[in-house]
Amino acid sequence: MKIIERFEIPYYQFLNENSQIADEFPLIAENKQVLPVLYQLMVLVRMLDAKAIALQRTGKLGTYPSTRGQEAVFVGIGHALAKKDVYIPYYRDVGSLLQRGVTFSQILQYWGGDERGNFFNPESEDFPHSVPVGSQPLHAVGVGYAIKYRHQQRAVMVTCGDGATSQGDFYEALNVAGAWQLPVVFVVCNNQWAISVSRQVQTAAHTLAQKAIAAGIVGEQIDGNDIIAVQHRTAEALKVARENYQPRLLEMVCYRQHDHTTADDASRYEPKDLREVEWKKEPIARLRVYLEKLGIWNEAKEAALLADCAKKVDQEVKDYFDLKAQSLVSMFDYLYATLPSAYAEQRDILKQMEMVDHG
Amino acid sequence: MAEITLVEAITQALAHEMQKDTDVIVLGEDVAKDGGVFRATVGLLDKFGPERVLDTPLAESMIGGLAVGMAVQGLKPVAEFQFMGFIYPAIDQIINHAARIRNRTRGRLSCPVVFRTPYGAGIHAPEHHSESTEALFAHVPGLRVVIPSSPARAYGLLLAAIRDPDPVIFLEPSRLYRFAKQEVKDNGQALPLDTCFTLRTGDDVTLVTWGAMVKETLSACDRLIEAGIQAEVIDVATIKPLDMETILLSVEKTGRCVIIHEAPLTGGVGAEIAAQIAEKALFLLKAPPVRVTGFDTIVPYSRLEKYYIPSEKRIIDAVHRTMEFT
Repeated sequence: MKIIERFEIPYYQFLNENSQIADEFPLIAENKQVLPVLYQLMVLVRMLDAKAIALQRTGKLGTYPSTRGQEAVFVGIGHALAKKDVYIPYYRDVGSLLQRGVTFSQILQYWGGDERGNFFNPESEDFPHSVPVGSQPLHAVGVGYAIKYRHQQRAVMVTCGDGATSQGDFYEALNVAGAWQLPVVFVVCNNQWAISVSRQVQTAAHTLAQKAIAAGIVGEQIDGNDIIAVQHRTAEALKVARENYQPRLLEMVCYRQHDHTTADDASRYEPKDLREVEWKKEPIARLRVYLEKLGIWNEAKEAALLADCAKKVDQEVKDYFDLKAQSLVSMFDYLYATLPSAYAEQRDILKQMEMVDHG
Repeated sequence: MAEITLVEAITQALAHEMQKDTDVIVLGEDVAKDGGVFRATVGLLDKFGPERVLDTPLAESMIGGLAVGMAVQGLKPVAEFQFMGFIYPAIDQIINHAARIRNRTRGRLSCPVVFRTPYGAGIHAPEHHSESTEALFAHVPGLRVVIPSSPARAYGLLLAAIRDPDPVIFLEPSRLYRFAKQEVKDNGQALPLDTCFTLRTGDDVTLVTWGAMVKETLSACDRLIEAGIQAEVIDVATIKPLDMETILLSVEKTGRCVIIHEAPLTGGVGAEIAAQIAEKALFLLKAPPVRVTGFDTIVPYSRLEKYYIPSEKRIIDAVHRTMEFT
């Protein structure tokens, strides 16, 4: 017997839970312009998220999947993306979507039961929220193929959760991305839970990053509570995707600091105190202490930020409440480029209902 | 000009559209070097190169999702599934994504993809190679389901499907791939989608069918003429959306309707056609509409398949039953 292949999975953490920076760190860890921007965005995302949960609890929003505790993952990857890249989210991606020009009121609109929340903006090539778990990595390889076919210098990034890595589609996407060398960055937000099924029950694999290995691509594990590591590793992965058309899998290790969605009750399955233990690693306080050490953050700035975020939250909620309802016939109007005449009669039924409503 | 088979007409349409439009990409299992298991894509690799004719890894859901990603980026993928019995892993991608991305982004994104697959029994193939499950797709909002039944319609309808801005399921009757030859000009002329083709005109009875069953229906029509019965034969061609106008106009004229399909009876597209006839033309009918279809069984393996596929005799018998009403 001889060993014909060996594999390694690197782990990246630059800022640890005690806000200590590693000996060797990337340039971004010294960037006094960018770090506060990331911090402010994470604080805003947490506040928006809390508001969304409150809106659901008071009957003003449908089921909503919280992003609490996962702010560094989405703010970090969203910051690393370039405007020209294509983004394919799953459904916890508030921090990245905000940086793609999507407003929080649109995110509320989506979870509030209005398709227009997926419209984003007319120029956007980004995909809408994806609910069928693990199906969207395949879209990323299709987009990646189009990018490579057209010889463009851009990349596509797709996100999913830890549960999605058990789906065949997830592996099929990694496999073809490797076989065809496509410019795709796969991001797994490993928040330790797929509704009630823990990461340990999901797979015997020690890391999710190692799922890249069978596909012949690079996989890395990253401390998803360290936004410096998240931003840096994602930026690197996007660079090799854009310049060399190489795919990469990034596993962001974090913790879901809320129920799966507002329809879930994690007390049925989550070990008592675990959330609290994990809270010590959460990303926002860790960065704040570091910023204070760098001398670029203080109490006064914090107070001003919280006031500003509260104002923004109010405005987004107001925009959400102010939205006019869609017409009933909109059900038919985006079904096909041109509605086949076979469906005109059914559309007329809705038109009649609309006239009665308004009459 | 040489006459060509239905499968050659498919190749001709693909080559024509690839020549005209560099966004058209052909992908699937064995479609490049091998030219497809039925040779529907033969020669395309040599003409258009490996960037446009792709042998994919063997994963049908991947073919579906990959094609969705390409199409949303504005490419026009024509993805082949080797047999209809193997399209099922891709149903999530087809129903949850291809069919609804335009609607769920309120028109911002679209999915101009064609999913091609051979379908139907009668070629003595192994298990899972003889399915006629077109009704599954005909039920899904946002899709088109198109089925050619001659070389000329294969050419014209495939061109139309590729040019259509929405997803099309394009089902090719494998029994007809090499059944008959026909002159098909390579003139780039598409045929209209969403419309039936009236293949024979007659005043006594309307025969509504599609796909491979057009063959038995036309031969039944010839035999009926010998018996003095003039049948009108309608090839539905696009089963979603349904062109009921053409069917209803014919049924209003004849007052009798026999619907023929290879797929199982229950929940087949024939049920939808019969229901619409009942809703809109009941009092113009001289006889109840009748269906002649495959049985509500698993499509049998090769030794029994000829008893499963509706025969010319079953069609003729059904017509005679409707003629008994006066």
